[in-house]
Amino acid sequence: MNAPPQPECIVEVKDLWTVFGTHVVHRGIDLCVRRGEVMSLVGGSGSGKTTMLRQMLALERPTKGEVRVFGHSLHGEDQDAVRALRNRWGVLFQEGALFSALSVYDNIALPLRELRTLDESLIRDLVMMKLEMVGIEGRHATKMPSDLSGGMIKRIGLARALSLEPELLFLDEPTAGLDPDRSESFVSLIKDLRRELNLTVVMVTHDLDTLVALSDRVAVLCDQKLEIVGTLNEVVHNPHPFICNFFQGERGRRALEAVQDVLSMT
Amino acid sequence: MAVRPPSAQTPPVVTERVFPDGSRRIELAGSWNLRGLAAEFATLAPRVRTLAADRGWNWDLTRIDVLDHAGAMVLWRAWGSARAPGLVLRPEQEAIFRTLQASKDEIPPRVSREWLWPLLALGSVALSLGRNLREILTLFGQALLDFTWAVRNPARAPWRELSAAIYHTGTQALGITALVGFLIGVTLSYLSAHQLRLFGADVFIVNILGLSIIREIGPVLAAILVAGRSGSAMTAQLGVMRVTEELDAMSVMGIPHTLRLVMPKMVALAVSLPLIVLWTSALALLGGMFAARYELGIGFTFFLSELPNAVPIANLWLGLAKGVVFGLLIALVACHYGMQIEPNTESLGLGTTSSVVTSITVVILADAVFAIVFSDVGLPG
Repeated sequence: MNAPPQPECIVEVKDLWTVFGTHVVHRGIDLCVRRGEVMSLVGGSGSGKTTMLRQMLALERPTKGEVRVFGHSLHGEDQDAVRALRNRWGVLFQEGALFSALSVYDNIALPLRELRTLDESLIRDLVMMKLEMVGIEGRHATKMPSDLSGGMIKRIGLARALSLEPELLFLDEPTAGLDPDRSESFVSLIKDLRRELNLTVVMVTHDLDTLVALSDRVAVLCDQKLEIVGTLNEVVHNPHPFICNFFQGERGRRALEAVQDVLSMT
Repeated sequence: MAVRPPSAQTPPVVTERVFPDGSRRIELAGSWNLRGLAAEFATLAPRVRTLAADRGWNWDLTRIDVLDHAGAMVLWRAWGSARAPGLVLRPEQEAIFRTLQASKDEIPPRVSREWLWPLLALGSVALSLGRNLREILTLFGQALLDFTWAVRNPARAPWRELSAAIYHTGTQALGITALVGFLIGVTLSYLSAHQLRLFGADVFIVNILGLSIIREIGPVLAAILVAGRSGSAMTAQLGVMRVTEELDAMSVMGIPHTLRLVMPKMVALAVSLPLIVLWTSALALLGGMFAARYELGIGFTFFLSELPNAVPIANLWLGLAKGVVFGLLIALVACHYGMQIEPNTESLGLGTTSSVVTSITVVILADAVFAIVFSDVGLPG
């Protein structure tokens, strides 16, 4: 019963450089996402958050440096291992990225069918369970993505991301484009699922309320580097001008006041 | 028992134990998650089901390393959507089974298929044919209105779109039409030369090539190439504009689609296709001339001086007129299908295919009409 030693970091970024032409996006970034935590990547528009997320998903290759997920190098020689990794993570894209030619049901069933071993009745039960987990009624299962609202697309995108029971979940702007009410319920959905499924989450977001509500730690990308990685409290008290602008603006203060209230109550 | 980190993968194991006091227990161990199960699902699922059918077994799940919803679902289904007798769980497993217990057993609505479907399919094809015809006619009418408006208000006509469309459909098509035209000319000339030599009618190569290329092959060849090249591009462009809501953006700015997108394309193809026809015919004749020279020994000067005698000039005008009509038809069909595309990928593919297939069919139909109507124009004898 000797399990191989497990890496401390689920996602590990080592000395990452990204250069487009002469434009340097990332300048030697190091980051470690620990098991079971929610890590939020924040930064201004164009600071390379989404690029970094895509590098963590092996969709893009960094100019220099290494990204390791579950201890496997994503851009190394062993591409079979990377393919196996893809069954262990789930991704929620910003616009949902549902397959527009498939119904809601088939969208979620697709990754399960790709395993080629499960029978159709088990797949049906699993799909319906995922739909229920994200709060979508069964009668919507035969609809096409073009018939759905933005909030439903996000939920179904999440159900599809969860269909292979991943250990690691990537969220790209999970609440962008949702109204405050929907985004709040989406945040609490992610919170519940995270607790229930024991997930590690890497999230890119602009939305302060989402950031405050979900993150265990926050990584701030700014001036091509990671300015600070730490808990929300540590980050907020960092004097860097971008962080000040981001959190001490009118919106930031309001979101943070809400947290302070919660903290003072406990 | 050490709790293993979730990513250590061990195969799922089922152990049956019978104790001296007669009680029987099934112990599950290993990884009962989707990844562990997927590999052994075919053997494991029936085994669990047979064991569950015998209610005498107690179930112990505490030795399982990882249990996820998929693993729990396999067990839950085997137990007949209820807890097994004597079930022992760890607290976190308890939570998973509680979720399963609470879930409504929903069945996705079935998409039923009518038994009359062949008839229904036939009917819908007929209806869509009628609808397409009507909409193409409407689009043509609207483009005509826009055209007259643009003629009356030349300062506000979409000149930039027009010139861009002429460049894309005309100038950029010169290469491929030249290549194909030249090769067709060579082929035609080469094959005819063999037959003509049998009858000693070598000089008639000029008549055969001149008449067939200028009157028929040039226009149809150019139209088919342009339909495949520019027609599909037009449909895809309009379709993607629909998907990205650019068409809606134009609507809300008060810019009519037909004026900015459809009419310029139709005018552009009506201008550029006759020129492409001329170009293709010329290159095909050139190819034919080369082949005739090497195969039959007919010199270039003889070929060129004989051409005006063999082919009445009416054929050239007929070829150009075909070019104008084919151009209009191709642009009309392409824009029609482009506007019909719905915002999803499948519709985009279908629309582009239908556009090309329909425009080539329409071109050949129109060519047949030309052949009948102008049967006594430009044919010697």
